[in-house]
Amino acid sequence: MHKIWYIAGKDLASFFDSLIAYILLVVFLGLSGFFTWWYGTDVFMRGQADLSAFFNIAYWTLFFFIPALTMRSLAEERRSGTLELLLTKAVSEWQVVAGKFLATLVLITIALAASLPYYFTIIRIGEVDHGAIWCGYLALMLMSSAYAGIGIFASSLTGNQIVAFLVALLIGSVFHLVLQIMAPNFTGMVGAVLDQLSTSVHFDSMSRGVIDSRDVLYFLSLTFVGLVLAEMNLSERGVRGR
Amino acid sequence: MDVHVSALTKRYGDQVAVDRVDLDVRTGEVVGFLGPNGAGKTTTMKAICGLIVPDHGQITVGGTPVTKDPNSVRANIGYLPENNPLYEDMPVLDLLQFTARIQGVPESRVKDRVGAMVKECGLEQEKHKIVGELSKGYRQRVGLAQAMVHDPQVLILDEPTTGLDPNQIVEIRELIRSLGQSKTVILSTHILPEVEATCDRILIIDRGRIVANGTPKALRDQARGKALFQARILASDPQQVLLTLNSSEKFSSARILDDDQCRYELTLKTTEDPGTLLFHLCQQHGWVLSEAIPRGHRLEDVFRDLTMSN
Repeated sequence: MHKIWYIAGKDLASFFDSLIAYILLVVFLGLSGFFTWWYGTDVFMRGQADLSAFFNIAYWTLFFFIPALTMRSLAEERRSGTLELLLTKAVSEWQVVAGKFLATLVLITIALAASLPYYFTIIRIGEVDHGAIWCGYLALMLMSSAYAGIGIFASSLTGNQIVAFLVALLIGSVFHLVLQIMAPNFTGMVGAVLDQLSTSVHFDSMSRGVIDSRDVLYFLSLTFVGLVLAEMNLSERGVRGR
Repeated sequence: MDVHVSALTKRYGDQVAVDRVDLDVRTGEVVGFLGPNGAGKTTTMKAICGLIVPDHGQITVGGTPVTKDPNSVRANIGYLPENNPLYEDMPVLDLLQFTARIQGVPESRVKDRVGAMVKECGLEQEKHKIVGELSKGYRQRVGLAQAMVHDPQVLILDEPTTGLDPNQIVEIRELIRSLGQSKTVILSTHILPEVEATCDRILIIDRGRIVANGTPKALRDQARGKALFQARILASDPQQVLLTLNSSEKFSSARILDDDQCRYELTLKTTEDPGTLLFHLCQQHGWVLSEAIPRGHRLEDVFRDLTMSN
């Protein structure tokens, strides 16, 4: 467990050293703040003291940002040869993958925590359903972890960060968008399965304040499958091809 | 900690990178892996580190099979990869601390070990710099430092002296020699004087196979059989001397080096003392033997002989 933290710590330091972290924080808060308070279906337009405007915009910004965060994780290590260095140390492939995942998750947590002033603001505006808001945050965290899993898997496939980014976005968009669009075109079992596989169904119910163990399980499974596939990629192909 | 490799075979598609390689390295031994590019040196070293899974064969480090418990084996190995990949955006100290930690050095000893490495590898001046800003020689030192930071019993160094200037090369060689007293060191190179200077034993690998294994001296003797000699024989007819030498069953491939000085180069066919042989021969024919210089075999010849055949 220590070693996972060491690897996560190294990656986090490199997020902050390379300004990626600051750019993410500024753009994430800028975009979500703009759409939550200022433009479109913002809080004032809805006339309700809740943060669903924020959750809806964060649902999209995170979808794009997480692949940008994870694309570097393993692809860069593979490209520069440091993956070889790392894998000849006394760490398992799983520890490497978990460390990378943890670093991403910590950064996203920081970003979400930085949006807490929205919550404190909305409390002063009107009657707030606190449970629903925390539930929304939990939904964002779980969704982020699922996309981080997918992103790290994509990053384990290649030594090219752009390819990793696009692959992560492609896989992500299937869950984020495509399944949801396809589902109504099917009836019965198929339709129900497709529906259950799409992120938005699980996210919507959670961000409305309903915690269903199935939703939690859905996101955790996506995370887990992504990380396990990434680990398999490291141990199976590893640096062998070169 | 001994390293034992038996019948290691690794294929990349149709290409056989390593073909039934056997290798035994004992504690306190420095073994040099010598071979042309693409001969299978790096593949063998990676397999010992558990980085690639061999198709056949068994590798044990200190009695533990690499595939069975890769993490505990890796904790005993210090590996310097070819091309020395490092985290370019990390300061030297951070990089060494990070490496020490993931190699399982206890937190209380991390500072000590890193400090010792900085000193041993001469990084005092550069320790706060970012790795990407270092010159190639210092990068190489950082590579060595990260390989040794957890005080491993086995060191595997893939071309450790590339990019170093002559002074640094001498320093690194001395460092490797002193490490070799108590540890097991396997290094690869294609620089011949390097193996002669640092290694107790040389393995020559060619197209995935070990073609020679022995001390530098033994290999020199082994190649083309026997010792090489240079002699100066004063006689009225140099051609006659040459003819006699070549027709003798004790010598082979005699040739005149220069007519005026009457110098000849000859290779001995037997293991008899060449000085005595030459002396008697000259006595028989009434020549004067004025010089007899053993030339040995240069390692370059051995290397070329073994890797250029077929």
